Amino acid sequence: MDQSGSIPVTATAAAATATTTAATPDASTTPAAPPSAYAQQRRRQLVQGAIVLLLAALLPLVVTNAYLRNVLVLTLLYAALAQSWNILGGYCGQVSLGHALYFGVGAYAASKLFVDHGVVLWFGMLAGGALAALLALVVGYACFRLKGHYFSIATILFAEIGLTLMHNWEYVGAATGIQWPFGPDSWWTLQFARDKTPYIYVALGLVAVVWLVTWWIEDSRWGYWWRAVKDNPEAAQSLGVTVFRSKMAAAALSAFFTAVGGAFYAAFVSYVDPDSVMHFRFSLLMALPVVLGGIGTLWGPVLGAALLIPLTEFSRSYLGGGNGLDLMIYGALVMGVALIKPDGLVRVFAKRGGGSR
Amino acid sequence: MSALVEVRHLTRRFGGLIANHDISIDVRQGEILGLIGPNGAGKSTLFNQIAGAYPPSSGTISFDGRDVTALPAAARCALGIARTYQVPKSFDSMSVVENVTVGAFVRHAAPAAARRAAGEVLAFCGLERRADAMAGELTPPEKRRLEVARALATQPKLLLLDEVLTGLTPSEARQGVELIRRVRDAGVTVVMVEHVMEIVMPLVDRAIVLNLGQVLAEGTPHEVVRNPAVIAAYLGERRRAA
Repeated sequence: MDQSGSIPVTATAAAATATTTAATPDASTTPAAPPSAYAQQRRRQLVQGAIVLLLAALLPLVVTNAYLRNVLVLTLLYAALAQSWNILGGYCGQVSLGHALYFGVGAYAASKLFVDHGVVLWFGMLAGGALAALLALVVGYACFRLKGHYFSIATILFAEIGLTLMHNWEYVGAATGIQWPFGPDSWWTLQFARDKTPYIYVALGLVAVVWLVTWWIEDSRWGYWWRAVKDNPEAAQSLGVTVFRSKMAAAALSAFFTAVGGAFYAAFVSYVDPDSVMHFRFSLLMALPVVLGGIGTLWGPVLGAALLIPLTEFSRSYLGGGNGLDLMIYGALVMGVALIKPDGLVRVFAKRGGGSR
Repeated sequence: MSALVEVRHLTRRFGGLIANHDISIDVRQGEILGLIGPNGAGKSTLFNQIAGAYPPSSGTISFDGRDVTALPAAARCALGIARTYQVPKSFDSMSVVENVTVGAFVRHAAPAAARRAAGEVLAFCGLERRADAMAGELTPPEKRRLEVARALATQPKLLLLDEVLTGLTPSEARQGVELIRRVRDAGVTVVMVEHVMEIVMPLVDRAIVLNLGQVLAEGTPHEVVRNPAVIAAYLGERRRAA
């Protein structure tokens, strides 16, 4: 029974079973089981995603009030942004507090291209995304040698440098920013003066795309490697994971989608200036929903945004902005979650899966 | 037997401390080599440099005919060097099979293939029943097994084991010994740093004894434990152990 001259990984199924039974007599079923159960779980996630998407697509039929529709657009936008932030902060474990930089780059790139050169928004989105991804590589090159809090602080600095730069750079309108011209309703420029419904669907589409990308990542080499980097970079390295490159890839992808969100936001409000797209609060608003909903999970960012963004908007309109009450409620909520459900609210639903996400 | 690893004139300093001083050793293809010595002898330092955790201050390391002195750990893993950690460094937010899959991705780009390979390695290591448990839930001996499984998933030519048998009960240690033998029988060269002499000596083909950063003795376990210098440095008061 002790003939086991096969190299572990290339072992045939038969040989593997042979060693299995040699080691533990009662485990004869398992070797084939995990992949199929895993595939089922993956399919179930897709079905869940489709159902949620469908339900969300019906929301505009119910939500008719203009103010509520505005809140809905912002909620969907932040769900997409939080999901993008989650790629770097959640899966790869690199907590960035400077994502406002990428959001702003996307908003500015799309605005500048459209207003000065008449480039359609959809192309501006991609251009802004690509530019932000490049910028993320520069920031990453400088910052990824730093660990934990030091990395987070460095990202704040980069975002603040970007903000200051935008305040003073005449080419992009300095402190006055860029005003989008009034024009006819159009899908090319994503300008809709009266009916905001198209924005809801575009934002929903953005959520769907980023969610799908995240879903795909979870079962890809990058997904595994990012999580390994998050849990233990040293061990990851010993297993052939190129840690620095992994972080860079996560940063670029995360920044790309953040900038796409920024470009969408610019079209939505038809106006950008430094403080309205690059303020530090945007960095927080991308990170906090993830922390609330569940960091490094598929549904956490969406869930977090669905709770936090309406709450912020409502508290701001009922309690008045500027006095900081909305942020206090915000803070209290995050603290509460940290104390009661430190893994995020998504775990409340994950009970019966009992699994890892 | 040809040498898989050739370490030449290796010196490593940490500030004023010389942890390894002019060490030259060979690891032969297909053997189980024991790296032993009292605390502070420089075993872990040597081990870490072969794995690529940090570079030597001077000297060279070649693996499988290639100079790997300048290569980082990840590149060495791709060439076929795998290691475990004395204090297990599992990925605790991931399940056991996911932990092992991380290693398998070095050889398999496709997720399905990597998962399948991970499943086979888990079976080989007797961990298949724990495949879906979270790594953080494992018992200490299971964590040691996971360390070995993860390393094996990278399909190494050389496996570096850092005190995998330390702190286990005698029966757990026996199972560990059996696993290491099977790894070697599968064609993997093994280098192990170990303190538990009773277990190591019958297991290894050859032992290298370090003391104060230098090679004190080298030979079969039988020769080594009879070496007066070794007895004086290390086994003096523990002769019964050998």
